Amino acid sequence: MFYREAGDFKTSYIADSQTFPIKFDRYRYYVVLAVAFGVIPFIINDYWANALLLPFLIYAIAAIGLNILVGYCGQVSLGTGGFMAVGAYACYKLMTAFPDVSMFIHVLLAGGITALVGVLFGLPSLRIKGFYLAVATLAAQFFLVWLFNRVPWFYNYSASGQINSPERDVFGIIITGPNAPAWATYLFCLIFLTFSAIIARNLTRGTTGRTWMAIRDMDIAAEIIGVNPLKAKLTAFAVSSFFVGIAGALFFAVYLGAVEVGEVFGIQKSFLVLFMVIIGGLGSIFGSFAGAAFLVLLPVVLKLLGVDLLGWPTDIVAHLNLVIVGALIIIFLVLEPHGLAQLWRVAKEKLRLWPFPH
Amino acid sequence: MPEQLVFAMEVILNGLMAGVLYALVALGFVLIYKASGIFNYAQGVMALFAAMTLVGIMNGQVPFAHLINAIFGTHVHYFGWNVPALLAIILTMAVMVLLAWAVQRFVMRHLVGQEPIILFMATIGLAYFLEGVADLMWGSEIKTLDVGLPQGINLWIDETTFNIFDYGFFIDNLDIVATIIAALLVAALVAFSQYTKQGRAMRAVADDHQAALSVGISLNFIWVMVWSVAGFVALVAGIMWGTKSGVQFSLSLIALKALPVLMLGGFTSIPGAIVGGLIIGVGEKLFEFAIGPLVGGATENWFAYVLALIFLVFRPQGLFGEKIIERV
Repeated sequence: MFYREAGDFKTSYIADSQTFPIKFDRYRYYVVLAVAFGVIPFIINDYWANALLLPFLIYAIAAIGLNILVGYCGQVSLGTGGFMAVGAYACYKLMTAFPDVSMFIHVLLAGGITALVGVLFGLPSLRIKGFYLAVATLAAQFFLVWLFNRVPWFYNYSASGQINSPERDVFGIIITGPNAPAWATYLFCLIFLTFSAIIARNLTRGTTGRTWMAIRDMDIAAEIIGVNPLKAKLTAFAVSSFFVGIAGALFFAVYLGAVEVGEVFGIQKSFLVLFMVIIGGLGSIFGSFAGAAFLVLLPVVLKLLGVDLLGWPTDIVAHLNLVIVGALIIIFLVLEPHGLAQLWRVAKEKLRLWPFPH
Repeated sequence: MPEQLVFAMEVILNGLMAGVLYALVALGFVLIYKASGIFNYAQGVMALFAAMTLVGIMNGQVPFAHLINAIFGTHVHYFGWNVPALLAIILTMAVMVLLAWAVQRFVMRHLVGQEPIILFMATIGLAYFLEGVADLMWGSEIKTLDVGLPQGINLWIDETTFNIFDYGFFIDNLDIVATIIAALLVAALVAFSQYTKQGRAMRAVADDHQAALSVGISLNFIWVMVWSVAGFVALVAGIMWGTKSGVQFSLSLIALKALPVLMLGGFTSIPGAIVGGLIIGVGEKLFEFAIGPLVGGATENWFAYVLALIFLVFRPQGLFGEKIIERV
């Protein structure tokens, strides 16, 4: 009834090519932004920030990054954990080397460094395809984690081999370290997520995104119509690694504060982000949000139900969590290979016809 | 003979033994890949599942004991009997066949004709599912597995080499047994796929699904059979690795060890899996021996992958893989 484009007249080209052409979508988008920036920071507390909101925001950035590579460009990567580690360690080195520089710049630079590393490990994708490539990206995963574990320069020769995020501020507000207020860390991550989503959305609508999709759909045909595969694949690796690096930097500096690389950025993390992308929907920015929200919420909800409500031991609930995640992935692949994003699209189609379906 | 060279020889021997074990896991991958085009990431977890089931049956554990206790408030843990190893292995094999049937019936049948990468991701989901089920069924604590395989240093080799080089090689009896069993298994699998009716049917399915269907080969049966054979290979690998280092979660990570072996040897080739396994086994042990101390050690985690990656850049289909032909 209210969800349709009829009567919503555009009078300029800019209005015609906007991100959300339907008025309802646009207002919903503004409302979400207003709530996220204007309401949640005032009611947030430490538990909500650490258990749900921060992991959701950070994983959403990582999922957007991986979705660009896997969903839009069709290059499957299992090295996300390794690239997140690059972001985290780059951020750590920058934070300790230049204590007076703003955290914004550190995180962006960490993303840039990760993009360079991503391009380096993306080079073999020009020769290797399909899951030979997926397995080849595991080389990045294992090598990077080993590197950060074994070369003392990366962790500043600390005795424990861990990296700890020192206290840093942005405009006088503490962002990292144990004394950072929940609302500040939340807003800091939210700003990065918002800009990542806007950049990703606009990249994927433009020339760059279309060359990625051409490569994904059939790389030889794309080459023949004049897409440069070198440029398309390497930009996809660069942009993807940039976001993943930002996510890694935030994950370490803002969310965890202390990181042991093998535990935090191991292969499990690569799979987790990949699952977010699959469950959310390959080739959809909204899907990255949905997938991240789903997989962050699931363990928390299961723990609430299992441990607190039914009183089961934690290890059983953790195992059940594995079973459910595994089963969900299979169910999604069988029933809805396009993920939560597709369900959302179907719902929107239904809504447009409602209440007169014929 | 210089000392370093003798050490290197011992390293190479141990590398060969490790390589055989990698090849054993890689074989399971190759079998499923050849017959159904599915890259089965869950192979490692299948080995873990098989080993845990074997231990559970041998010790007479009650399946899902923890879950039952949590729901009904009971305290059941053991049936109170011990099953002899051979019978337990047969029972475990039955469980693996059941698993193969379930995978085929509930997962793979619905995914026929999907892209390989979707199938690959489905098997990652399967790996998580199986790992969770295995932990729920038998508990996640580290278990010891003993089916009566010999263990410990082989004294004969130790003495012989001591007489020749003045330095006794340390070679585990278990590794020798594993090598022999792996060799027998490979020979049996090759014979099976070359000379039996079912083996021929399997190769026909691998060659062309539709043509195989049209001459009356049941795809469902072949796929259940292939997953069962892969389950059997997983069981053997699980017994070997489980005896060596205990039955625990890290057992499932041998899948990650087998991946570079496959890339090197080619996904479609049984000899490739063996040669690849040997190259990687020897390569990573030698690299760790020669270069490892200079760069901080533990290079085994990534060396195989980087080797395979560099190799693939020059030969994208692996050593023995079928040539990849692309058409628009």
